[in-house]
Amino acid sequence: MSHYGAILWKQWKDIFRNKTILIQFVMFPVLTVIMENAVKLEGMPEHFFACLFGVMYLGMAPFTSVAAVISEEKEKRTLRALLMANVKPAEYLCGITTVIWIICLLGSVVIAVAGDFEGAALGRFIGIMAVGVTLSCLMGAVVGTMSRNQMEATSVTVPVMMVFSFLPMLAMFNEGIEKIAKFTYTGQIHRMLGNLNAEPATAEWISAEPVLVIAGNMILAVVLFAVFYRRTGLE
Amino acid sequence: MIQIKELSYCYENKEGGKKVLDGVSLSIAPAEVFGLLGPSGAGKTTLIKLITGQLKVKDGQIRLMGKDSKELTGQDFCRVGIMMEQLGVYERLSCYDNLKLFAMLSGMKGSFVSERVKDALRKVSLEEASGTLAMNLSKGMRSRLLLARAILNSPEVLFLDEPTSGLDPKTAGEIHNFIMEEKEKGTVIFLTTHNMAEAEALCDNVALLNDGKIVEYGEPREMCLRYNHQKKIVLHLTDGACVELEHSAMAGEAIAGYFREGKVKAIHSGEPDLETVFMELTGRRFE
Repeated sequence: MSHYGAILWKQWKDIFRNKTILIQFVMFPVLTVIMENAVKLEGMPEHFFACLFGVMYLGMAPFTSVAAVISEEKEKRTLRALLMANVKPAEYLCGITTVIWIICLLGSVVIAVAGDFEGAALGRFIGIMAVGVTLSCLMGAVVGTMSRNQMEATSVTVPVMMVFSFLPMLAMFNEGIEKIAKFTYTGQIHRMLGNLNAEPATAEWISAEPVLVIAGNMILAVVLFAVFYRRTGLE
Repeated sequence: MIQIKELSYCYENKEGGKKVLDGVSLSIAPAEVFGLLGPSGAGKTTLIKLITGQLKVKDGQIRLMGKDSKELTGQDFCRVGIMMEQLGVYERLSCYDNLKLFAMLSGMKGSFVSERVKDALRKVSLEEASGTLAMNLSKGMRSRLLLARAILNSPEVLFLDEPTSGLDPKTAGEIHNFIMEEKEKGTVIFLTTHNMAEAEALCDNVALLNDGKIVEYGEPREMCLRYNHQKKIVLHLTDGACVELEHSAMAGEAIAGYFREGKVKAIHSGEPDLETVFMELTGRRFE
């Protein structure tokens, strides 16, 4: 088996015994199911909770999970053991993020189904979530790489995760925050998910602005990763 | 198999740097059990980290398996086994899965993975704990798991960093037996310890490390004899008395007399142990 396959196998086995991470994968899909079924207010936009919790989910779960896995492996020196077994940093990072990415996508499917997305809209919802989850995984890798242990990682992930997860929700109540939120990938993804309701389904759900903002966020994350990786590697 | 020349290493810190190794030179032959002895903080673990590529060599030279340390690749390190407390295990995986991961990483496939893992677990007497999660292992069992991981791909060189530290005598004895088995197979074993008895029993050669410098090197027995300045013979008699005699012709006659009278319970040559040698050289005790 390739190194990538072995890391994938390890991560798959480990993650289902890691309760602190596991709860993050489950929390928002469950909340969506409950809220979508329990709360029906007049004038509330369609798929309101699915869009809101979907964005919070992608801003929180993959980001904190990837950062937690890397920082834990650094702290417990298992990552050192892997690198000494000739595992390349890219194989390691791809192995752990693939597992988290797949689980988050499964969670996204639950959120989408709970929000009554169907057909093309369902596909688009999953596609948008996949892009967001990928970006969040990359940001988690940045924090995991720059941190020496779990404590350091947590002190960075909590404020960053709060900003990216809650900004889209706060933007609904405040125009000033909305102006800031539109420069974040979660803000743009929230708008894109909201536009999936457009009737008839047109290309309005996607436009140049979200693509540019998400691409810009992605480039920034890649640059940050490169900077921290060059500085500390995965040591 | 391992050659070290004039190796120095300094850990950078805010005050400038702390020199941990200072001009260390060593040579370890194939199939040799080599012991690096020294008190805590002497630089033993740093030396292993430098040889095994965990730290970069800045000053001096290391050759491992015929290659300069700077030319060693990941493939080369696959021929090396390392047991260090600092290299952790996956707490939420079982002993079997911990080893299976590293077996897969070393390129083993199919049923061979299972065979090798079971074999490694058997060698360190952990077969019964095969399905136990690493987080539930005792310190001794964890040490044995680390040892099993180190020997998984039959390494040519095995680094054991304080392998019996904090273990009960039974577990330590099992690890000693295992080391002797590996030695017989021709594996080079680089052992760090501050247990003198362990070093004397297992090692072909030892080096005494103090404040980053090697203060003495050689065969343990020969080293003890070299520092046997007092040249005393100690007799334990059947009546409970203990008699110390200087090396001399008169001592020979006295010993013969005790033997004729049937009073000798035990006789010891009284040469110093390695700890005494270390104390004589450095004025420090092993802690």
